[in-house]
Amino acid sequence: MTAVLRAEGLGKRYRRRWALSDCTVDIPAGQVVGLVGPNGAGKTTLLHLAVGLLQPTAGTIEVLGDRPAASPAQLARVGFVAQDTPTYSGLSVADHLRLGAHLNPGWDARTATDRIERLGLDLRQRAGKLSGGQRAQLALTLALAKKPVLLILDEPVASLDPLARREFLQSLLEAVVDQGLSVVLSSHLVADLERACDYLIVLIGSRVQIAGEVDHLLDTHHLLTGPRRDPARIPEDLQVISASHTDRQTTLTVRTEGPIHDPAWTVSKIGLEDLVLAYMSRTADAARRPALEVQR
Amino acid sequence: MIWLTWRQFRAQTVVAAGALALLAVALAVTGSQLVHLYDTTVATCQAHHDCQIAIGAFESEDTFLQDLIPVVMLVAPALIGIFWGAPLIAHELETGTQRLAWTQSVSRLRWLAVKLSLAGLVSMATAGLLSLMVTWWSSPFDRLGMNRLDPTIFSERGIVPVGYAAFAFALGVTAGMLIRRTVPAMAGTLAVFAAVVAGFALRVRFHLIPPLHLTAPLNMSWVTQTGSFGRPGHSALLVGISPNLPGAWVNSAQVTTAAGRTSLGPALPACGPNFTYSACTAAIARLHLRQVIVYQPGSRFWALQWYETAIYLALALALAGFCVWWVRRRVS
Amino acid sequence: MIEFHLDARSGVAPYLQLIHQVRQYLRLGLLCEGDQLPTVKDVVGQLAINPNTVLKAYRELEYEGLVAARPGVGTFVTRTLADGSLAALAPLRRELQRWIGKARRTGLDDESIEALFLTTFRSATEGEEDIA
Repeated sequence: MTAVLRAEGLGKRYRRRWALSDCTVDIPAGQVVGLVGPNGAGKTTLLHLAVGLLQPTAGTIEVLGDRPAASPAQLARVGFVAQDTPTYSGLSVADHLRLGAHLNPGWDARTATDRIERLGLDLRQRAGKLSGGQRAQLALTLALAKKPVLLILDEPVASLDPLARREFLQSLLEAVVDQGLSVVLSSHLVADLERACDYLIVLIGSRVQIAGEVDHLLDTHHLLTGPRRDPARIPEDLQVISASHTDRQTTLTVRTEGPIHDPAWTVSKIGLEDLVLAYMSRTADAARRPALEVQR
Repeated sequence: MIWLTWRQFRAQTVVAAGALALLAVALAVTGSQLVHLYDTTVATCQAHHDCQIAIGAFESEDTFLQDLIPVVMLVAPALIGIFWGAPLIAHELETGTQRLAWTQSVSRLRWLAVKLSLAGLVSMATAGLLSLMVTWWSSPFDRLGMNRLDPTIFSERGIVPVGYAAFAFALGVTAGMLIRRTVPAMAGTLAVFAAVVAGFALRVRFHLIPPLHLTAPLNMSWVTQTGSFGRPGHSALLVGISPNLPGAWVNSAQVTTAAGRTSLGPALPACGPNFTYSACTAAIARLHLRQVIVYQPGSRFWALQWYETAIYLALALALAGFCVWWVRRRVS
Repeated sequence: MIEFHLDARSGVAPYLQLIHQVRQYLRLGLLCEGDQLPTVKDVVGQLAINPNTVLKAYRELEYEGLVAARPGVGTFVTRTLADGSLAALAPLRRELQRWIGKARRTGLDDESIEALFLTTFRSATEGEEDIA
């Protein structure tokens, strides 16, 4: 399968801070890809680089085999819904559809009007007067009706109430079935992504921590609980993501391809949210360690 | 893209059209009356020997419009820059809608080029129409005053307002793009525009075409001031003239000696404490002084207009080019 | 047309939950031979889950021989699991009632009986999956 997005050593720096560093991902086509991480981890930066709103400081990125925003034809194949779903508040819903029709040669007016009708939006309503959920649906309509191959969404449901969130995701996934889209969807809410995505990229502290099919990630990460063990005496072949110790008990989140044979451990499955949290605490620990060394 | 530009620019265009229409009506009505009045009274005043009265009466007509028009012409290009130029990019960046506009299927180059061209052309057309109306309406006054090269009047006639509008618009767009916020960009545009226009009118315009030099024996009827300056006992002669060259724009008028020196020698007693007009005049005449006048003749009005407009249009194009380059490379 | 539901907290993979529900409906007679399963689009639109999850579940059911996909039309049930009618379940139900009576006589209250049943059932199910 061809990759819809390929980045190698991708980095973006603002003045002195690296918003994204050394990002290497290979996103396959035909899947719903989740990009998860805390706020400020670099998700928006990565997505803006993917649609050509930003230029890389280091490394390369290729979307659908071409540089992002390299040509109008390339732009037509990628649909984008930015964070907080920006729309022209002075323009009506109908005006937005006209905007889409004029600026996109591949515009499918039928899809657009059908969706708007099903959603029950008033064509003459100005976008500034729509609710958050309605604006998000309008932005999604604009992105879908241009018939893209790849759809990129930056935290589209972050500021929506649970019902609007569910309706948006239902709407989006129906369109995925209809149009055979590949989707890259970012969020800091893991629960949303868990249902909708079959491929996950975890971005923490401006770096990619782990990426892979959701099923594979859940199969290869385990929660190990057992009697208290000295941190130095944990076997080397277990890649420990995070560890916590009480005086009696040690709990580890590990990543391993094979089965775990040590009978001292109780192995249990781990949910996606806990998996992401484990990586987040690992990043936090790594950030803290240099400071301790300096004190010594 | 054309539709979108028009839709986003619709409100401003309607306001401008309305204002122009209003002014057009006012000027059309009063202007034709003025022309009639001029032809019947001032044009024939020589024959009726009542020029002073006729001219005085004419000049007190429509004083409201006479005062209003310079303000309108002064302010219009600046307003175009502030309200049409500054928000063009800044508003998109401020509201984040560039993330919607730049991810449709048009390149950023096309997006900006169409907006710049259409809005820029409308700006220039508005200024052009305005100038056309005002120049026509003011022509009787200009014929009387013979002072079209006067810095304030020159800026309000002919085609330079088109150049100003283009420059102000391009300046506004650039400021909006660099500053990324509408209100500060408006302030910046106003400040820079005012500085450039004032500086150009005062320092550059006169030298657009090499001025004429008039060197001739001193014309006594042009002398306005005689006297001396310096310490008592070491005082020097001072003679000031105000040349009467109809329609001309005089930059400097100096009195020199026959040899060309600007220091005219010791003060003349006849022009000092014991001043009498005839004695002083005779004393000055004996010195065989000369006058050196540097000026632009009134006939160069259109030449200067074309040069200045061309420069402002070139500035506008340069700014537009910079905007296109910057928007594609730098802005996110 | 049947409807699926998803328990996000159960720890069971979504596609497995869908398979279990289809089997359950087949056993209870809510799905009969020849019935059409909801389309992928319908399931996705109702549950907001990944389309590949639904496809995976349907493929697994097809592999087990319970359903068959007809391209362009939909997925249809080919075999039922219901042994006749609900009457076949009667012996099992009676045995369960006897067990509940026994548990009550030991002194367990309703909550303890439920907890005992659920933990035993869960560990038994997980044991099955590990073997499978």
